[in-house]
Amino acid sequence: MQWGSVSEFFAMGGYGLYVWVSFGVTALCMFGEVLAVWRRHAAAVAESRDVS
Amino acid sequence: MGINWFKYSSPQAFHPLAGKMIPWFSVAAGLLIIIGLYIGFFVAPTDFQQGDSYRIIFVHVPAAWMSMFLYVIMAAWAGVGLGLNARPSFMMAQAIAPTGAMFTFIALLTGAMWGKPTWGAWWVWDARLTSELILLFQYIGIILLRAAIDDLRRADRASAVLALVGVVNVPIIYFSVRWWNTLHQGASVSMTASPKMATTMLTAMLIMTVGFWMYSFAVTLARVRCVILDRERQPMWGNQTSIQEVAEAR
Repeated sequence: MQWGSVSEFFAMGGYGLYVWVSFGVTALCMFGEVLAVWRRHAAAVAESRDVS
Repeated sequence: MGINWFKYSSPQAFHPLAGKMIPWFSVAAGLLIIIGLYIGFFVAPTDFQQGDSYRIIFVHVPAAWMSMFLYVIMAAWAGVGLGLNARPSFMMAQAIAPTGAMFTFIALLTGAMWGKPTWGAWWVWDARLTSELILLFQYIGIILLRAAIDDLRRADRASAVLALVGVVNVPIIYFSVRWWNTLHQGASVSMTASPKMATTMLTAMLIMTVGFWMYSFAVTLARVRCVILDRERQPMWGNQTSIQEVAEAR
């Protein structure tokens, strides 16, 4: 473990902005995609009930 | 193995099978990504040259690999679809494209986030970066071409041909760092040479990659279920009183 404190961890040796934007956007994209597919599936199930 | 695989070549049979597989892939993805992040942030040491900015590779490299893997898999399904005229294959290709495009976008964005502190530039027109950007346009083109054609069978075939033609870009991306003098560094991991990085860093990167694979399986299977429901929605002919009603239901 190379981090002395929590703030040191978030600072990432001065590269905090770049590191956290990278990981943050990746997490947003992946969670966003899961949510979008989830909602699309719910909509598709609801519509298939209407037709048949 | 007493499984009749041909049974699952019909969308109606594949839909519940995919539903059963999704939770397993999701749990595996979650666990692997958590373990990968833990090793990447708490076990792997700070790089003596790049400082902590190098930790971006724990998402950048797996995302870039996935962008290429998923393209090849999408094109393979498209090829099977064209060869056998099989609808489920086209549906798989259709379900993979958005996830591939997302990983390509993540690879480009995290690359910019790494390039700015390391190279001093968000973007350079280097062979690796340019060919990866073209890959993003290919994914978008395939998705838009499908959306632009109303007849589903034609949309399947047209986007499959576009996907297959575009495969030529994947080896160009992969070998770009060898064929040309690029600012982007060469391969850190290859089949022929021992990895040029510390073991803990490599471990974190590989675990994240397997985690991203599991994520991709889960999310594309979930999307193919949506595609099956959307496309197989038209009611059975037998239940309809007229062709008119069937046409309207479509």
